[in-house]
Amino acid sequence: MTPGQNRTLLVSQIKDGTVIDHITAGEALNVLTILGIAGTTSENLSIATNVASRKEGRKDILKISGRELRKEEVDRIALIAPHATINIIRDYEVVEKKGVTVPPVIRGVVKCPNPGCISNAKEPIESAFEVLGKELRCCYCDWMITKDIASHII
Amino acid sequence: MSFASAMARLGGTCISVDSVEASSIAKGETLADTVRVVSGYTDAIVLRHPKEGAARLASEFATVPVINAGDGAGQHPSQTLLDLYTIRQSMDLDGIEVGILGDLRYGRTAHSLAYALSLYDVALHAIAPKGLEFPEGLVHELSGRGMEVRNHHDVRRVIRDLDVLYITRIQKERFPDLGSYYDVASSYRITPETLQGVKDRLILLHPLPRVDEIDPAVDRTPHARYFEQSRNGVPVRMALLSEVMG
Repeated sequence: MTPGQNRTLLVSQIKDGTVIDHITAGEALNVLTILGIAGTTSENLSIATNVASRKEGRKDILKISGRELRKEEVDRIALIAPHATINIIRDYEVVEKKGVTVPPVIRGVVKCPNPGCISNAKEPIESAFEVLGKELRCCYCDWMITKDIASHII
Repeated sequence: MSFASAMARLGGTCISVDSVEASSIAKGETLADTVRVVSGYTDAIVLRHPKEGAARLASEFATVPVINAGDGAGQHPSQTLLDLYTIRQSMDLDGIEVGILGDLRYGRTAHSLAYALSLYDVALHAIAPKGLEFPEGLVHELSGRGMEVRNHHDVRRVIRDLDVLYITRIQKERFPDLGSYYDVASSYRITPETLQGVKDRLILLHPLPRVDEIDPAVDRTPHARYFEQSRNGVPVRMALLSEVMG
């Protein structure tokens, strides 16, 4: 940016809701999928992808108006956006700021790639994976997902 | 059958559901509902099921103990207990070389035994046709537990180093045609000739039933322990049932 240019926000501030910042570049849409937010749901969304960032080089940002996400909800995104920060906004002010924590077990987020796994059968259960660093192990059949976790998101 | 025998010897009885057709599963009932219902009729459930993870799911819904008697291509832990017991009858479990031969990709007895052996100081040799090696996830986990798996495609190259050879069935349905199955199966068949030059203390194990993978002439050698191993299934399963039912 050269001197004299106006500094403007890429997307406008929100009055109330949640801003998820420092999402790994390119993962914003996957984050929305994990949070269960789709075009058919009622949230007012702003999505910025591949935004320049001093810390990460590039990052994604999500602004969700009118909804304060709970920490348990947001922790589910830690697998694909481990450095994300959650800002709760009320009347344009950040009233709470927190990071994400990888839960020991994630439920209902990732589908087991093993077609013979009972979690893919018609049973009244959610998929469940134990989080082992950057890898996941199916709590039912022990199948390991060692790469490309995003492609297994339900 | 060995669980039924074990229960009878303990003085109990079994309600057996031997086929899907004979159960409410045929009407579309979920496994979760089946185990909830059966929990009301029994003191323990011994479950064999074609899906991996079925016993874990059952344990979430049952109100009585669930024993995994084989879940698809997953695990067969009670078989492993009797396998370990049979090895222990002949030698210490630490400091030995164990070969597991056959369909290691889909063989649940092989998976459970490999996991269990990783608790001991065992050198593990995986002997399998191409495409039927141990699943990547299992090798990864064994490696994380400090166990190195050495892969072989020819049993003759490694058999003289072994203290235990665990033989499993290579299934016809894993091959595109019968011709390629017979080619592979015959090269993995254990015969008296294969055993020339092996260690005196080598023991041969097999979860049974066998088809062609062990020549019946091997039964007469001092290495054959698979029928003894099968017999051990009864006391080991008696112990297991006693344990879970207090």
